[in-house]
Amino acid sequence: MKLIKTATVCLLLLVFADALFAQAKKTTVKSKSASAAPSAASMAAGKKVYSTICISCHQADGGGVPNMNPPLIKTTYVLGNKSKLISILLNGFNENVEINGNTYSNTMPSQDFLKDQEIADVLTYVRNSFGNKASAVTVAEVKKGRAAKK
Amino acid sequence: MKKKNLLTILLPVVAITGLILFNALKIDTPLKPKAATDDAAAGLTLPAGFSAAILIDNINGGIREMAPTPEGDLYAKVYRIRRGSTVKGIVSLHVDGDKATIKSTFGNFSGSGMYIKNGYLYASSDEEVFRYKLNSKNEVINPNEPEKIVTGLIARRQHEPKAILVDNNGNLYVNIGAFSNSCQEKDRQRGSMGIKGCPVLDSAAGIWQFKADKPNQHYKDGIRYATGLRNVVGMDWNTQNDQLFVMQHGRDQLHDIFPDLYTVKQSAELPAECMYALKKGDNAGWPYIYYDQIQHKKMIAPEYGGDGKKSGGENYIDPAAAYPGHMAPDGLLFYTGNQFPEKYKNGAFIAFHGSWNRSPEPQAGFFVVFQPFKNGKPDGKWEVFANGFAGTQAQTESGRAEHRPCGLAMGPDGSLYVSDDTKGTIYKITYKK
Ligand code: HEC
Repeated sequence: MKLIKTATVCLLLLVFADALFAQAKKTTVKSKSASAAPSAASMAAGKKVYSTICISCHQADGGGVPNMNPPLIKTTYVLGNKSKLISILLNGFNENVEINGNTYSNTMPSQDFLKDQEIADVLTYVRNSFGNKASAVTVAEVKKGRAAKK
Repeated sequence: MKKKNLLTILLPVVAITGLILFNALKIDTPLKPKAATDDAAAGLTLPAGFSAAILIDNINGGIREMAPTPEGDLYAKVYRIRRGSTVKGIVSLHVDGDKATIKSTFGNFSGSGMYIKNGYLYASSDEEVFRYKLNSKNEVINPNEPEKIVTGLIARRQHEPKAILVDNNGNLYVNIGAFSNSCQEKDRQRGSMGIKGCPVLDSAAGIWQFKADKPNQHYKDGIRYATGLRNVVGMDWNTQNDQLFVMQHGRDQLHDIFPDLYTVKQSAELPAECMYALKKGDNAGWPYIYYDQIQHKKMIAPEYGGDGKKSGGENYIDPAAAYPGHMAPDGLLFYTGNQFPEKYKNGAFIAFHGSWNRSPEPQAGFFVVFQPFKNGKPDGKWEVFANGFAGTQAQTESGRAEHRPCGLAMGPDGSLYVSDDTKGTIYKITYKK
């Protein structure tokens, strides 16, 4: 148990350090798509939103709560289509979908009281934490999602 | 350039954080009791004289309520039937000393409730209650043809499991949990207010009473025995005062929904998880009020004009006892056996499944509590009876529990059985002088 934990922590640290390196490399090489790499500022701001709002259901480690709140670790929703992900936050989510083989029965309330920037930040943070690695979410993408919202 | 500087500053920070975490984890492990008694306690911490054994482990889908027979069999309700699993909705076990073996598994429904009364095994899915006739040895006669007793109960994503119990007068009690946290116009939405004349109460958030032997009953055939109970899982009949006792799961997220009225810390402790002694017609007040175990008062819910200070709800019943928030009482058992010391007789064991809604504060629960009783009333402070289901202290606080205590039952020799709906473990706790 102890070994697994220690290994997990080390791995997480590695991933974190790796992400930083990758990010540094990309920015120094002036990456092609400015939106792809998460900025440190966005990550920090996103973490703040996460730890005041999402944490109560999805928990500090993003692991969720069995049968109630799904994990945000490598799910198709977190890593997949960004407009779907944005719409989950704007509209809430109450479908009996299977997430990594399990179903979850709590309510995901709409987070549309958050500013576009906050939604972009928190999703960027989620997509690049808990072992996830994916492109950042931009304010423009959130604006588009908000316009599409019924 | 700036980014590079940031990196050189950040790297040592990461490294140091890593070291700190690494060391924190190293000292974390010894918190788990490693005494010589550990083997005799199945990883649990118990009062002196008690020991525990794992009757069976890894029953796929997790175990909720259980019903033991005098012949040493034990029926256990499987929480969620897993795809491809050989384990069906009910497991019939035989207990031999410290071990249990699976005799058979039947029933094609997931769910929670399991109860034996008057020659029948009762079982609930999230929408229905079934019963199976038992033979003279308390074995199910026809596992493939249960009789449907109640049907069409509401189960909408929240608080779906139906707790069941049959009294001595042929009445079946069924909990129907609220499909809502606090009856807001938008469930769990920040700042959303409560719906006037909460409509959830018509078909849920209470205990319904049906006939234990009449097939195919719907809502209209039953009566709403008690209302204003957000969600009940643990319930038991108290034979001393011939009365139904239930454990309510209190509402969640006071701070998340009303951040200006409640601090994170208050929201982790409040409201109480309440024990109620019910009479027909009682109203416990959900969603309009909640119970504050620190002020010992019924408080107006913020969705209905409360502010954390306004008490109210004179027409609603008071709890018989109150416990800290969010610990999720899933099992209630009045101890009527003769094996345990005298102080336990007619007192209540409560299985607290463990919290999630305390984060970012540390989680709590994941233990079995003993509540002393005298003359049918709670008497004195509750105490932790069996602890360690979660694993280490760190696993308790993070909520990453290995096991979650759920159902409670008393074996024919007076031992206490505790089920776990996470890993499908059943524990047997015994006392030796
Ligand atoms: C009140 C509890 C609650 C809060 C607060 C909450 N969620 Fe959720 N979330 C849920 C539930 C429950 C589901 C699953 C709903 C379903 O199965 O239909 C979910 C689903 C999701 C999903 C899609 C499923 C997955 O696991 O990938 C994402 C992404 C998500 N939430 C992100 C967030 C973020 C980001 C926040 C904070 C801004 C947040 N949630 C706040 C309860 C919550």
